Amino acid sequence: MAATVKNSKTTTEAPVQASTTDPALGYYTPGTDIHDTKAPAGPIDKKWAQRQFTAKLVNPANRRKLTVIVVGTGLAGGAAAATLGEAGYNVLNFCYQDSPRRAHSIAAQGGINAAKNYRNDNDSVYRLFYDTVKGGDYRARETNVYRLAEVSPNIIDQCVAQGVPFAREYGGLLDTRSFGGVQVQRTFYARGQTGQQLLIGAYQALERQVNAGTVTMHTRHEMVELIVHDNRARGIVTRDMVSGKVESWYADAVVLATGGYGNVFFLSTNAMGCNVTATWRAHRKGAYFANPCFTQIHPTCIPVHGETQSKLTLMSESLRNDGRIWVPKKAEDCTKDPRQIPEADRDYYLERIYPAFGNLVPRDIASRQAKNMCDEGRGVGPLVTEVTQDGTKQQRRRGVYLDFSDAIERLGRKAVSDKYGNLFDMYEQITGENPYETPMRIYPAVHYTMGGLWVDYDLESSIPGLYVCGEANFSDHGANRLGASALMQGLADGYFVLPNTINDYLAAGPFEKVDDNTPEAAEALASASERINRLLDIKGSRSVDSFHKELGSIMWEYCGMERTEEGLQIAIKKIRALRESYWKDVKVTGVNEDFNQALERAGRVADFMELAELMCVDALHRRESCGGHFRRESQTEDGEALRHDDEYAYVAAWEFTGDGQKPILHKEPLEYEFIELKQRSYK
Amino acid sequence: MKITLKVWRQAEGEAQGSMETYQLDSVAEEMSFLEMLDMLNEQLTAQDIEPVAFDSDCREGICGMCGIVINGSPHGRYESPVPTTTCQLHMRNFHDGDVVEIEPWRAGAFPVIKDLVVDRTALDRIVAAGGYISVNTGSAPEAHSTPAPKLQADRAFDAATCIGCGACVAACPNGSGMLFTSAKVTHLANLPQGQPERRRRVKAMIAAHDANGFGGCQNIGECASVCPKQIPLESIAQLNRDLIASLFRADGKSA
Repeated sequence: MAATVKNSKTTTEAPVQASTTDPALGYYTPGTDIHDTKAPAGPIDKKWAQRQFTAKLVNPANRRKLTVIVVGTGLAGGAAAATLGEAGYNVLNFCYQDSPRRAHSIAAQGGINAAKNYRNDNDSVYRLFYDTVKGGDYRARETNVYRLAEVSPNIIDQCVAQGVPFAREYGGLLDTRSFGGVQVQRTFYARGQTGQQLLIGAYQALERQVNAGTVTMHTRHEMVELIVHDNRARGIVTRDMVSGKVESWYADAVVLATGGYGNVFFLSTNAMGCNVTATWRAHRKGAYFANPCFTQIHPTCIPVHGETQSKLTLMSESLRNDGRIWVPKKAEDCTKDPRQIPEADRDYYLERIYPAFGNLVPRDIASRQAKNMCDEGRGVGPLVTEVTQDGTKQQRRRGVYLDFSDAIERLGRKAVSDKYGNLFDMYEQITGENPYETPMRIYPAVHYTMGGLWVDYDLESSIPGLYVCGEANFSDHGANRLGASALMQGLADGYFVLPNTINDYLAAGPFEKVDDNTPEAAEALASASERINRLLDIKGSRSVDSFHKELGSIMWEYCGMERTEEGLQIAIKKIRALRESYWKDVKVTGVNEDFNQALERAGRVADFMELAELMCVDALHRRESCGGHFRRESQTEDGEALRHDDEYAYVAAWEFTGDGQKPILHKEPLEYEFIELKQRSYK
Repeated sequence: MKITLKVWRQAEGEAQGSMETYQLDSVAEEMSFLEMLDMLNEQLTAQDIEPVAFDSDCREGICGMCGIVINGSPHGRYESPVPTTTCQLHMRNFHDGDVVEIEPWRAGAFPVIKDLVVDRTALDRIVAAGGYISVNTGSAPEAHSTPAPKLQADRAFDAATCIGCGACVAACPNGSGMLFTSAKVTHLANLPQGQPERRRRVKAMIAAHDANGFGGCQNIGECASVCPKQIPLESIAQLNRDLIASLFRADGKSA
């Protein structure tokens, strides 16, 4: 049986035994355990209703006296701002783009999961909950995930009512399709542009509130500092990206919905502007950063073309419904025209290793297997020169085929085009190759970050009054996110969870007035300006981008798809040296009082430099493999991720203690009350 | 390949701008147009010249943030075999020795901020005037309670793919935003959920369009020819039909 064919890694080398002393201890200080105190006791399917009942309310007449700052206008931020505006709060909404409609949620292609069971295929809220916990390799908090699954059907209802044009059947009802890691068809979609359509729905709801005067929109404003007064988040400092004006905004609560930090790798599927600054600044002010090393490498992206590459483009996971992934069985076939390679000489490796899920295994597994095939020398596409961890140079082909010829034969070219037309067009636009004629070439790329600011059941961080939604928090996806679940989480948080939980906090408001004379506010404003001036004054010799690229290559090599104890320590050393050099030698042209994109990037890269180290420390301390975090020292005989539940069934929440100081590790033990912890199997 | 760039440089909205010439010597055909500009900016930074300001974000052709007039055409339509956004235009469409002129969107409603960056917030104001369905969070009926015929849902979808980049406005000799406005009107007019506000919506959006400095539409069609999402000119016909109908039907609300 094909499934018994072993991964090459295990046949060529035995798993390395983890050493007995933990070298990570040199990089952090163990702290006290933390717990979520907000999820009520009781059966899991009653918790959310119970929490909604126990949460304090704010009288509609009092809401307009309360101000809420929302940073970000993607699915989570846009939905939250619109919903809080509808409720009658005074909302200040910020984004760095020129319009709220451009947030990077817009680029999500494949779809959104919801437990509607329209397919009559045994789907349920409980199954979506189970699939998400399992897909996340048992490193997510049960209570949050159950609630996510529970509100998922409401999202579809809400979006349809807003006019989101989901794909429909001829009977006029909604169509669904399959996605990775599950065996039901629960993914709603709008061709390959689901994120765009959902975001435009949220954007329209938001603009309606702008028109109604409940939401004030500040575009081209970047949050550069958080204001904490009397142990509460009370405002933010922004830089106006057109005029350079640095100013403070005050509120009774602050919501961060600022997305993920994948751009720490320089090359990722994130938008150019995606950054960690908002959440990192909050982290430095006391918000714990949870599981920063949990990053998702997406298996189906267009391979890197060369040194000048600025970003990577995803080809939707939905393509794995009909496309078959393969590499040549023989290394000497790798340079041949794929169409000339006979069926018998192709290795459909995912179908071979994972017969039950085939091409639809979760992302972490599909990505690692693509890497393994290329490491074996069976990759396709141009040769790329790489520097390995021991410093030697090697040449590898970094690509695998995603082939639609079977689907085109079975369904016809038109049917394939109806489903994936825009993706095929995009592929051709970028590569100059026609995927109807020749197989696509794909390779894994950084896509999503499961880690983020730690939040409790109410989505409140460790700073009272600071709430975190969407990709910016750590809450729902554990160590690996399933496809079509990011859109679900963003909208669940923004439309249904946060607007209900934040009342409980705001009921105690309005809080004591703060203004520019409040010491913490004055300090935040001054330190933000000081940091900008410091960057401008360095006047070094290297561009911001060149530093960012170097940081990215360190992270990809040592903290990417496969991590080792030794490599991570090398990475930390390299990051520290690079950071030091950055603050001495970066060249930022222009002045602050201007539209200055070099300065914008300089601030973001400075924060990535700090985050990168924490990611490596987190990866180093977690001496197990789980989901997207694969430690070479911890794998099964078949080369799959091997968890150590006895030691690592916890959320790692990191506390900032000062520049150059060791962070403190707080563990939130994960208690699995309803789902039994198992070794994941997709065979 | 070698490329000569003539780039519009303008320090700020009120400043006098001019075309500046720059030379790039090693442009690879796999590079995107914006990666070519990244390369230019690295070169300028090394020479202590301030880099060229231009907008871009997703670089996947979906966010609508990028937009440059290339050789006289928004998004460089004529260099690309298929309509595209600037970020999806690749250098394989150019040749060694080409001279490429680069300018910002030019339209009354889009003031220049700096170099190639313009202010497009007027498009948001058109949407804010009525480009939505008024449904508060939590009040939606079950998704399958209202079937939508597939043909019309597909038509709504085609219009909803507008990315709000503003190329249509930049291409129009009148600086009209009619294709943009009509895409939203067409999207919502083709769905059952969009019917209750259909007449009020078109009036309010047109009023906002006119109030925000966009010019009138004369059905010239330049807009549709540069649209990277191929929003058809018929959308404007749909808008006009709805607008005329709305003038003869009381809907209880004034625009």
